[in-house]
Amino acid sequence: MMHLLVIFLAAAFTENILLARFLGMCSFLAISRQLKTSIGLGFAVVFVTTFTAALNWLLHTYVMVPLGIEFLELIVFIVVIAAFVQLVEMIIERFSPSLYFSLGIFLPLITVNCAILGVSLFMLNKEGFRFWESLVFGFGSGVGWLLAIVLMAGIREQIKEDKIPPGLRGSGITLIITGIIALAFVAFSGMIK
Amino acid sequence: MTFLIAVGSLVAICGILAVLLVIADRYLNDYGICKLIINKGAREEEVEGGSTLLNSLNSAGIFIPSACGGQGSCGLCKLKVHAGGPPVLPTEEPHLSADEVSSHVRLCCQLKVHEDMELEIPEELFNIREFNGTVESLTDLNHDIKRLRVALPAGEELDIIPGQYIQIETPAYKKTPEPVYRAYSIATDPLDKTHIDLVIRLVPGGICTTYVFEHMQTGQPIKLNGPYGDFRLTDTGKEMVFIAGGSGMAPFLSMLAHMKNEHSDRKVSYFFGARSKRDLICLEEMAAFEEALPNFKFIPCLSEPMPDDDWSGETGLVTDVMKRHCPDLSNMEAYLCGSPGMCDASVAALTANGMPEENIFFDKFA
Repeated sequence: MMHLLVIFLAAAFTENILLARFLGMCSFLAISRQLKTSIGLGFAVVFVTTFTAALNWLLHTYVMVPLGIEFLELIVFIVVIAAFVQLVEMIIERFSPSLYFSLGIFLPLITVNCAILGVSLFMLNKEGFRFWESLVFGFGSGVGWLLAIVLMAGIREQIKEDKIPPGLRGSGITLIITGIIALAFVAFSGMIK
Repeated sequence: MTFLIAVGSLVAICGILAVLLVIADRYLNDYGICKLIINKGAREEEVEGGSTLLNSLNSAGIFIPSACGGQGSCGLCKLKVHAGGPPVLPTEEPHLSADEVSSHVRLCCQLKVHEDMELEIPEELFNIREFNGTVESLTDLNHDIKRLRVALPAGEELDIIPGQYIQIETPAYKKTPEPVYRAYSIATDPLDKTHIDLVIRLVPGGICTTYVFEHMQTGQPIKLNGPYGDFRLTDTGKEMVFIAGGSGMAPFLSMLAHMKNEHSDRKVSYFFGARSKRDLICLEEMAAFEEALPNFKFIPCLSEPMPDDDWSGETGLVTDVMKRHCPDLSNMEAYLCGSPGMCDASVAALTANGMPEENIFFDKFA
């Protein structure tokens, strides 16, 4: 149990997929202008990373390894993520309109979010996790991404009225702030050996 | 061997996922027949649920203007949804003001029909229809502008308000893999209800204009839908200034024909900007309008007349000529048609001579 908690904390804080690995930057830069929408997108990412991590782990372990086709993982993972996102979008739209209107419209954006693919690749190749570990790792990474985008949106709402030099407005200042937050996150590294 | 296994399993995985999605689409995306109640029951349409409101209305024969084709980028397809719509989506927010949100204005390309809906659609949009016309003639007006005259199908009539525009379809050809629609102002006399005239200038590399200039034949079928737009003459009776060059003349041909039919004696000055004499168009028609309308003046202005043009008329930028002719614009109205750059320059020149911005009406084409 302790072991799973460590994986979660590592994925969410010390190894934060966005702040330590800088994956998933494009939607992070584009959607972090408002707190409300970034929370929506963040939760959609948490949801999709968790489930695609599990799905890809099963597919990898029970189909690709026995057949000896691990080298196809990149393409298979992308296809699985895309199909899963489509499916989830349809299910949410049908059964929970209110959830659909807060999350659903962000789902297509997630198909091309590299953080999701990164989670699936890291859990197998870098860490060699087992099933539950992968599930927790996926969830933790998603939470980490949510944390990063919500932090950023909060800051961007605060500085909306500030006088920023013209050349730095928009993604310029956002990248600088991202760097500073990433530095702050280094402090977490003492937490987990 | 590995190669075969790899290809085989990849195909199998993709196939399974595709089948899964098709099944899901079949069962999850089925919302049955939904009722669209329009303008408090003045009209009711039954459509199959699951698709966007814009497409559902299209299939019911109600054409809502949309320049971007439903991507949510042009913001033209606004209408009021009183019941059956979800809360305002983040994709709509950039296009809606606070007033519009509180009066239930929505972008109908972003909403999906999941249940019965109550809508409010401006009456004039019911007049928008789709036609299968025939190219009647294609005439050169000058070296890069043609007049396209389309005959509507026998028995069909179209009522237009001068200033409105219509969309024509360019079928798939070597420049485009799928049909595209482009909007052009209608240049027809509103009394002629069985024809549509368009003034089309060749845009180098343009999909639609290249098709019209290089591939279109008289007698061939052509698809149109319209009319759209709220660019039109006011009925204030105030003195008017028209500014447009090139193919921007189209809406004014229709407006002037309408004024002629009404025997209007409203004062109008039309400033037509061109580079040199070879860019001028429709001079005889303008002369005929000057004869028929007592208070109409056509003032062509050449910015760079060529030496052999033998030009005795106005020279200089059309905005400067207009400023010289009309020193006080405070009680006049202006009508502009042209590129955003030309419209913006004209607005600046007009306001500089005292015209209030609410008296300026324009039809910007991108």
